[in-house]
Formats: sequence, C-alpha cells, structure tokens
Amino acid sequence: MEWLPLIDKSVLILIIFLISLGIAAYSTYAERKVAAFLQDRIGPNRAGPFGLLQPIADGVKMFMKEEIIPSAADKFLFMLGPCIFMMTALMTSAVIPWGKPLDIGGYQMNLQVADINIGVLYIVATASVGVYGIMLGGWASNNKFSLLGAVRASSQMISYELAMGLSIIGVLLISNSLSLSDIVKGQEGFHWNIIYQPLGFLIFLICAFAECNRAPFDLAECETELVGGYHTEYSSMKLGMFLFAEYVNMFISSALIVCLFFGGYNFPGIDNLDLPQNIASIISVVIFFAKTFFFIFFFMWIRWTIPRFRYDQLMKLGWQILLPLSIFNVVATAAWLTFVK
Amino acid sequence: MKLTNRSVVVSKKELTWSEKLYLPAITQGLGITISHFFKKKATVQYPEVEKPRTEIWRGRHVLKRDEEGRENCTACGLCAVACPAEAITMEAAERMKGEEHLYREEKYAATYEINMLRCIFCGLCEEACPKDAIYLTDRLVSPEYDRQDFIYGKNKLVEKIDDRIDIVPRKK
Repeated sequence: MEWLPLIDKSVLILIIFLISLGIAAYSTYAERKVAAFLQDRIGPNRAGPFGLLQPIADGVKMFMKEEIIPSAADKFLFMLGPCIFMMTALMTSAVIPWGKPLDIGGYQMNLQVADINIGVLYIVATASVGVYGIMLGGWASNNKFSLLGAVRASSQMISYELAMGLSIIGVLLISNSLSLSDIVKGQEGFHWNIIYQPLGFLIFLICAFAECNRAPFDLAECETELVGGYHTEYSSMKLGMFLFAEYVNMFISSALIVCLFFGGYNFPGIDNLDLPQNIASIISVVIFFAKTFFFIFFFMWIRWTIPRFRYDQLMKLGWQILLPLSIFNVVATAAWLTFVK
Repeated sequence: MKLTNRSVVVSKKELTWSEKLYLPAITQGLGITISHFFKKKATVQYPEVEKPRTEIWRGRHVLKRDEEGRENCTACGLCAVACPAEAITMEAAERMKGEEHLYREEKYAATYEINMLRCIFCGLCEEACPKDAIYLTDRLVSPEYDRQDFIYGKNKLVEKIDDRIDIVPRKK
C-alpha cells in the first residue's frame, strides 16, 4: 500500500490546482459583478446566462492578443517574472487544510497536501518569494514605470510582511503549533482565534490586503501614476498570468485568514450532529469554502469602498502603526497566557 | 463682500482620537457601499429594453408618400438650405412619361442623402419642406460598424408602400 499516499496526494494536488485556478477565474467575474452591484450597475451579462462565460471569453481574448517582448528587455527574466509570481501564488495552497479527513474504504484521506510542522513559516516564506516575480518582471521590462511599480510593490510587501509575521505570532502562542492543521484543530467548535486575537486579525487582514497588492494598497499598479505599474510592458497571457496570480493570491489569503482566525473548516456544533465521517468531511469542506468566499467578497467590497493610499501614508501605516501594534499584540498575548491563563 | 449664500465654512480642526483610527469611518463607508448592492440598478438593457422617449422625440427621417403611394419630394432643396448641419444632399431629375404613379410632381429627387452623423435632429428640414415630404420620426438611428453606412440614401429614407410610418403622434 505504499503507492496509495502517492496517488492520494497527486489527486489532491490536481484538484486543488484546478479549484484554485477555477476560483481565480471566477473571481475576475465576481469582481466585475460586485463592482457593478456596488455601483448600481448590472455588470457582465452577455456571455452566457448571467455572463457566467465571461472568464472564458476573457481568457480567449488574452490568448489571442499579440505577444510583445520589448527589444530592450531581458528576455529570460521577462518570461520568468510571471512564472514565479504564478508559481508562488499556487504553491501556498499546499499546506492549507481544506477539510476533515475523508474515509475511502478504510484509508484516511487527509484533505491537506502537505501537513508540515512549519506550515505557517512555509506560507510566509513562499509569499515573500512572490515579490521576486513582480520585481523581476518590473526590472526586466526596462521601463521606468515598470521599475517604479516593482520597487513600490517590493518595498510595500517587505514592510507589511513584518507586521504580518508578528500578527501571526499571537495565534501561534495560543495554538502552540506552527502546523496549520493543528491551528485549525485547536479552534474546534467556537474557539475561533478571532475572539482571542481581534487585534491580530485586524493587522493580519490589513497586511493581507497589502501583500496581495489589492486596493487600498494597489500602489504597485496605480494607473493614474504608473500606467500599469510592474506589468506595463506585458501583454497577452503573460499579463494574464500576473492578473490571474493576483486573484489566486486573493483566494489563498482568504483561505489563510479563515484557517488562522475563523476556525478553518470548523463551525459550532459540528460534533453534536454525529454525522458519518465522509459527510462530516464534505460539510467541513463546504464550510471552509463558504468562509473563504466571504473573505474574497470582502476583498472586493473593500476595493470598491476605500480609495488608494498615498505612498508615504502607506509606509507610515506599515512601519509606525501596524508594526508597533503587532509587537504590542505579541507582548499582550504572551502576558495574558503567562499570568492570566 | 458676500458673493453667494451657499458658501460653507470649511473647518480644519484636528481629528479626534476615534477619527484618527479611521476604522469607524471605514465601516461606515462599507455600510454605504453594501446598501448600494441591493439598490435598484440604473442600467437599461438597451437593445432589449428601450428607455421611454417623449412623444415629440425627433429621431431618424422619413420621406413621405401621398395616399396613392407617390413620393412627395420634388427635390426643391429647401431642406438642404435650411439644414444648419449641412447634412442633406440631393440630385433632382425630371419625371418621365409613365412614372406618374411613382412621383407626385414633375420633378423628383433622383438621389437624396442624409448624413446621420452630421444631422443634429433639429427638425428644420421638416419645417422648411413645402410639400410635406420630409418628417422626423420617433425611431432611432441604428448603430453601424462603418461610417459610410450612416449616410442614408433613398432606400432607407423613403417609406415603404406597404409599411407606412405614422408621424402623427409627433405632430400633435
């Protein structure tokens, strides 16, 4: 039975890969719909029923566009940029526990690709590699706007990674583990971390927005100042990759927020129902995705509510407010765990 | 001197501590945007649904025929002279024997063109016409891919014998 885990993981990887891409594709559609609804419009509704084929039409359009590589660009790095960005975005999903284990003929199928004991560290590490994609893409374009966008993106990501990492430490202190499956298991019932870590959640949420280069932190690609930011010179599917990876990032960030602060696949009273294991597992997956979708919606909701920051405001918020606050959060949590509990 | 009674004094007072947090303002903003999520949409699904227009709406032109189906236009050119946008051109021709059932007078318009991109739909051609030949209808000029297609000739302007256009609602 040595080959069983291999098949199990391969199937899981394939499914998660497809789901991530599918959700990213339909996030673009959802984004346009949400934007439209928040602005009293209807949004895409021509391609298919309710415009549901819009992502496919967009994808086909992207593929049909002319592939342009600037003559002064570093061709290898120019190609590598979107690849790295996309790859790191997808890699992060490896350690996320999607639901309770399935029971297939006595074999326990763990709905998590890699249950590594440093899951949180892995995520923070991969997320910070993602900035190389932007940086290389922007630099290799040999365009001042691309470079400025890339520089902005990288400094923004580095600044907010600090506060992000520190805000997770509060959660780690409570759950006593770096493994995401342990963190989720520790939030069984209604012991969600959001109740114990509201400040940590807030900081993590803001940093997640910044890490994803989403509004109000989308300074890396603000059209009014930088044309298209780091992907100014990109066209066709290479541009598509950048845009797509952004939505994958958004999906993974939402999943991560759910894992760390909103109990992952847990919901109050799941154990009282006394369901067969497989049904409970499927329900837990549905719960997980429902929570994730809410956060994807929240990302969009924020985007169409809050205007973009100015760059100095962004840096001030990151270094002078979020960083001290997250350090305070770590100290307060540690003190609470040592002296009160 | 006070120029207007609508001027507002802008206060530049320091933000209070709670205002500096920005979070209450952000939640307020989120509340406003989500309230729009459920509001009635302003979009009109144009080709399927048309926005209601007034009865006196001046749309694309028609060259009328009389009761016996003869074209009213005699190519006098008064409409072209009246047209402030210079959208109308025409060529006159003499009616031959045997064409009495086609044209009402001895002279008729061999070609008659209105450039719908130039036309401002003012209706002065209609006022200038001594023969009740040209009228603006309540119909819209349809979109085209080619600019040339917006130059309407007689094939598009003259009303069909079996498909008369009623311009009475506008002329009331």
